[in-house]
Amino acid sequence: MEALFSITTGVLAACGLFLALRGRTFPVVVGLTLLSYAVNLFLFSMGGLTTGGAAVIGDKGGDYADPLPQALVLTAIVIGFAMTAFSVILAMRARGDLGSDHVNGNRLDEPREERT
Amino acid sequence: MSLLLIVLLPLVGSLLPAFGSNERRNTCALVTALPTVIALGVALHHARETIAGSVPRVALDWIPALGLDLAVRLDGLSLLFVLLILGIGLLIILYARYYLAPGDSLPRFYAFLMLFMAAMLGIVMADNLLLLWFFWELTSLSSFLLIGYWYHQSDARKGARMALTVTGGGGLCLLAGFLLLGHIVGTYDLQTVLDSRDMIQADPRYLAVLVLVLLGAFTKSAQFPFQFWLPHAMAAPTPVSAFLHSATMVKAGVFLLARLHPALAGSEAWLYLVSLTGLMTLLYGAYFALLKYDLKGILANSTISHLGLITLLLGLDVRMAVVAALFHILNHATFKAALFMTAGIVDHETGTRDIRKLQGLWRVMPLTAGVAVVAGMAMAGVPLFNGFLSKEMMLTETLETSLLGGLGWLIPALATLGSLLSVAYSVRLVHNVFFNGPLPELPKTPHEPPRLMIAPGILLAAICIVVGVVPAFAATTLLETAARAVLVGEAPELHLAIWHGFNLPLLMSAVALVGGVILYFKRRHVFAFQRQFRSRNARTIFEASVQTLVRATQHLVDSLENGSLQRYMLWLVITILCLVGGALTHAVQLRGPLPLQPLDGLLVAGAGIAMFAGLATAVLHRRRLVSLLMLSIVGLVTSLAFARFSAPDLALTQLAVEVVTMILLMLALFFLPQKTPKESGGPRILRDALLAAGFGGIVASLNFAVLTRPLESISQFFIDNSVPGGGGHNVVNVILVDFRGFDTLGEITVLCIAAVGIYKLLNRLRLFMPSSDADGRPWSKDRHPMILVSVTQTILPLALLVSVFIFLRGHNAPGGGFIAGLVTAVALLLFYIARGVDWCQRRLTFQYQPIAVAGVGVAALTGLGSWLFGYPFLTSAYGHFHIPYIGDVELATALLFDLGVYLTVVGATLMILANLGKLTTPHRPTKQKEKA
Repeated sequence: MEALFSITTGVLAACGLFLALRGRTFPVVVGLTLLSYAVNLFLFSMGGLTTGGAAVIGDKGGDYADPLPQALVLTAIVIGFAMTAFSVILAMRARGDLGSDHVNGNRLDEPREERT
Repeated sequence: MSLLLIVLLPLVGSLLPAFGSNERRNTCALVTALPTVIALGVALHHARETIAGSVPRVALDWIPALGLDLAVRLDGLSLLFVLLILGIGLLIILYARYYLAPGDSLPRFYAFLMLFMAAMLGIVMADNLLLLWFFWELTSLSSFLLIGYWYHQSDARKGARMALTVTGGGGLCLLAGFLLLGHIVGTYDLQTVLDSRDMIQADPRYLAVLVLVLLGAFTKSAQFPFQFWLPHAMAAPTPVSAFLHSATMVKAGVFLLARLHPALAGSEAWLYLVSLTGLMTLLYGAYFALLKYDLKGILANSTISHLGLITLLLGLDVRMAVVAALFHILNHATFKAALFMTAGIVDHETGTRDIRKLQGLWRVMPLTAGVAVVAGMAMAGVPLFNGFLSKEMMLTETLETSLLGGLGWLIPALATLGSLLSVAYSVRLVHNVFFNGPLPELPKTPHEPPRLMIAPGILLAAICIVVGVVPAFAATTLLETAARAVLVGEAPELHLAIWHGFNLPLLMSAVALVGGVILYFKRRHVFAFQRQFRSRNARTIFEASVQTLVRATQHLVDSLENGSLQRYMLWLVITILCLVGGALTHAVQLRGPLPLQPLDGLLVAGAGIAMFAGLATAVLHRRRLVSLLMLSIVGLVTSLAFARFSAPDLALTQLAVEVVTMILLMLALFFLPQKTPKESGGPRILRDALLAAGFGGIVASLNFAVLTRPLESISQFFIDNSVPGGGGHNVVNVILVDFRGFDTLGEITVLCIAAVGIYKLLNRLRLFMPSSDADGRPWSKDRHPMILVSVTQTILPLALLVSVFIFLRGHNAPGGGFIAGLVTAVALLLFYIARGVDWCQRRLTFQYQPIAVAGVGVAALTGLGSWLFGYPFLTSAYGHFHIPYIGDVELATALLFDLGVYLTVVGATLMILANLGKLTTPHRPTKQKEKA
């Protein structure tokens, strides 16, 4: 199970990184999101993989899933959302101001689409 | 304690003039003079102890961990300088009151001047090397402000910058030297350092220390080859030149030489480095003083020359030479300050400082001429004036030194040449300006300045004569006390007298006087000689070299930072691969000792779907919508994985965030191109795929290595203390709102800031709105589908109820502020989608920005609340204090904090999405709307 989990994390991280290296903003944002899934899974697994553990004290007693990585990852998920939102809107702004959605800030490489 | 007052009073005094107004100039001057007078009184009060032989000291801890103490002392050397600084400072305050034009801000000038004075007093009184350095840098800064006082003039700004660069750079060298010195001795305490001479000079780092300290001293005291900044600092108002650039700041360098003389002097290196630099500077300054036409330019070069003389004396291996140096510091300060003041008066009265345009001024300003004559004779070293005595001592000591061995006669010979030049430029300065024929046409009609403006000059001239005529009475005590502080062992007895009988030094003096006068009358030959050389302006060279440096640096930056995000990412990834990959190769084997857990079909299916969707996201990335859908599958599986591995809180959060993220990305995709053009060629794709594969491999290996090794976690503490300490059964939530509440506060603040940033980014955004989808199909006409509208209507109250439920139970069961906030946000977003922005805008009339900010505020206030009860920030109420009759307090504070989290999440999420959605409607945020 550990091996499968690790491979999944690795594949997701690799796909995320591949997208993050692309030249257009949208794939980069998607890549960052994918990368953050991988990172969150990775961080979460630092406390070990607990199957059927108690979520709350007093449930069954005994085997708890490590709560510390959970708390870290919980905030990381929310912050990750804020980061995704910020970068995607930055991408929109860049396209609005530069006329191009290339990450290197190249100007105007496409005819402007009509506005409504 | 009152010793500290000497430094602190001017420091406080630098604030006082700031309250004064430029109209009431007399009051302003008085207010500035007051702390100076009191400080002078305190210094004189302590002077008796110092003269009697003890050294008054005060030490307070400042930053003990760094060895920095607020320690001051008043030994003989400090006393000499303190009297000099405060005495001349007082005269300058008076002089500046009349010198500055009504348009110049007097309060600003006085504030800078007092700051400088405090810094200078700090240097001379510091009893700790680091403290000394602190004040040293403060003088560089305040001198920068004073030189640049007329900041509208370009040469003032450039001169100030140059002075700061040179002295500031020297200050950094000095710091390095002091740090080394502190390492050798083991402390920064001045007395210990001074007592450790043998240890310091035996250390292999001695030469480095010496060179670094000398760099600091030489830059400050304008010694060759750093002399070039001083003439350009003359762009400062004349009182500043008189105070900083003749009497005090440039003396800081020679002060430092004297201060560290007991610890650093006595070696061959000191003898050669210091004396020869001094000699070189002496001659250089004297020669160029003869050639300048600007009054202040002459004085600046003469100052350089005299500083060289003092440096030469401090470098010599003769004990009396040090005393001569101290004496000359005193004498030079008096006559040079007086000369600067007369130069300022001449400039003030005639409107020019060019000596080619000036002559015969004694007819209209006899008093000023008298002061200039007296000070000029002192500078030339004419008998019966104070300059004569110290120069005579200098000539005597140069005969005694062992420097240069067989060529030792060069030193007195060159010293005599320096004196000769000094006589020549002194005569030229005074004779050309005040005599030499009738009064010429001038920009202004000159007359004698106000009495109080010339009074400081008269006083200084009087001191020149008194010291010159009765030296034993006037200066012996002060000099002997100062010499005791500088020389190790018994200080030599001082016999200051005008007449020592016919001897070699007297002959040398005579040669210098007669030769100097002859040189003055034959000066056109010197000018003719100098014309063969190309004149070079130090400032042009300096500015050019600074610009070359800037260009070179810019070039370097440009070549590294070319604006390509892809390139930065590439280097970042390569760095990670090298660092982490390199570390992994050191592991003996990847797999640890823990047994593997069994697989089941569900897991394999989940992992398979996640990997497939992840790969599809990457491969199909040019078809953006498809790629986005694949991404959402990965998010969903991630959420299920959290649930599978006993983390219900995470699963709930991930699920809610997933929904919000997808809505966001869909909306964003509407405004961005629907397809990615094909750009990367085969090699680029291959390179990125290889990099990504390497990165994925490393992540997977690392993850596997950790998962198969036993874990030592601090989490047991949280599990054990969650119920008794935090009053909650859901450990994750207790960690978030209690144990690590401060982190959470930081995180919601970041969330709020990100939302505000997005709000600003959306402001006046120019948009590209496609009228059809990627394949050219127009958007559906049915914008608000009936089914969705009616379902939403039903779901909203239910969803809100669920979120309240999740919020309330969060402390004891999976849930909490984050999740509840996301659920609320999703419910409201669904409403926006179903009904459109216009419809919602009419019903939800409030703004989301205040909600997000209020959330952070509530959380922070909850944290601050614990201060009221005397507990540290963010102490949870549970179990820590007991207020009778209020049984439920323990739950209340954690819940309140969670409420802050909830509000921030709702506010921030809707702020981002609702504002983004509004872009499609006339409600888009714009500047105009904000103003309305």
